Amino acid sequence: MDQIVALLRVFAYLSLLTVGGGMAAFPEMKVLTVDVHHWLTFPQLIHLYSVGQMAPGPNMMMIVAIGEWVAGVLGAVVVLLAFFAPTACLAFYTGRLWKRLEKWPWRTSIQRGLAPVSIGLLLAGCFTLAKGAIFGLDTAAIAVAVLLILLQYRVNPALLVLAGAVVGALSFVPK
Amino acid sequence: MSESGPSAIPTESRTAIAASPNGVSTAQIFREFLLIGATSFGGGVVAYLRNGLVTRRQWVDDKEFVELLSISQTLPGLNATNMAILVGDRLRGAMGALAAICGICLPGAALMYLVAMVYAAHGDHPLATAALKGVAAAAVGLVLATCVQLGKKSLSNTYDLIFVALTVLGVNRLHQSVLTVLAVVGIVAILWYRPKKTPDKRATSWTK
Repeated sequence: MDQIVALLRVFAYLSLLTVGGGMAAFPEMKVLTVDVHHWLTFPQLIHLYSVGQMAPGPNMMMIVAIGEWVAGVLGAVVVLLAFFAPTACLAFYTGRLWKRLEKWPWRTSIQRGLAPVSIGLLLAGCFTLAKGAIFGLDTAAIAVAVLLILLQYRVNPALLVLAGAVVGALSFVPK
Repeated sequence: MSESGPSAIPTESRTAIAASPNGVSTAQIFREFLLIGATSFGGGVVAYLRNGLVTRRQWVDDKEFVELLSISQTLPGLNATNMAILVGDRLRGAMGALAAICGICLPGAALMYLVAMVYAAHGDHPLATAALKGVAAAAVGLVLATCVQLGKKSLSNTYDLIFVALTVLGVNRLHQSVLTVLAVVGIVAILWYRPKKTPDKRATSWTK
């Protein structure tokens, strides 16, 4: 029961940090789920996040896996509710008040000011991810290849992540 | 609870329903979002949403879609789920919003539930570990590409770059919580772009 309450608190808190996308909450998710609550190890978190990039739908569905490991089906459901209900309610009421907020002069300031901050948070999340995913020239080469391909061509990113799995399976198995 | 909002809301949402073609049902909303939730591989759910809601179903027009997207991007929360809530509410009120968010989350959540079980059973197999190492490296490249693409679109001056740098420093170097960094850098950035109190500036620029 304590674990359920902890899941609820952690993911409801993380929910509100997802400014500009789920990745914004990633550094905090690492601290809370790995360092504070020991629900999983850092490599496991990295693996779940990365595999989650291949799943369809909203891209933070990997949180379901954390919930499942901690407390089974109930844990998975609690994590989903905690992570999506707060922002869903916020979006619901803001959407209805929008007609009024539209003319509020600070609205543009908030949008304009949060744009660089949310990109900074995405980048910070990326660095946290890289700490657990880039170990040397080989892994760095995969990351750079994916980056360059995505900037140059219109490819489905899920296919590139899948390609990463194939390259990894072919080259990283210990002899 | 909803009575705490302004009284103008119910009329507004009623006209929204009346304006939507054929009065979209909650089940239709659920099905459409379920479809989007099940097929939107590779992130970029927004493109799939636009294709489904604007092009295929014509439930919202392009202008409304862009407006709702700008609300989604301002608020915390994932774009995909915020959009589901906003579009669902426009189409069928609170029940529509609920149907939309459940639909879009269900396929990915079910898949990751299975992944959790498979990973727990076989994650430490040498071949799995090797593949996951490749997957994680690729994910770094993917997130980095998103950073570059978003940056090109919305960073327009040196101050923006400073705000990006301060945010990254705060989280990764100073190890501050995301909340603290968001509060400090976010507020400074918002104040930096505070509303200008010179409404007649536009008039003077005409003369130049």
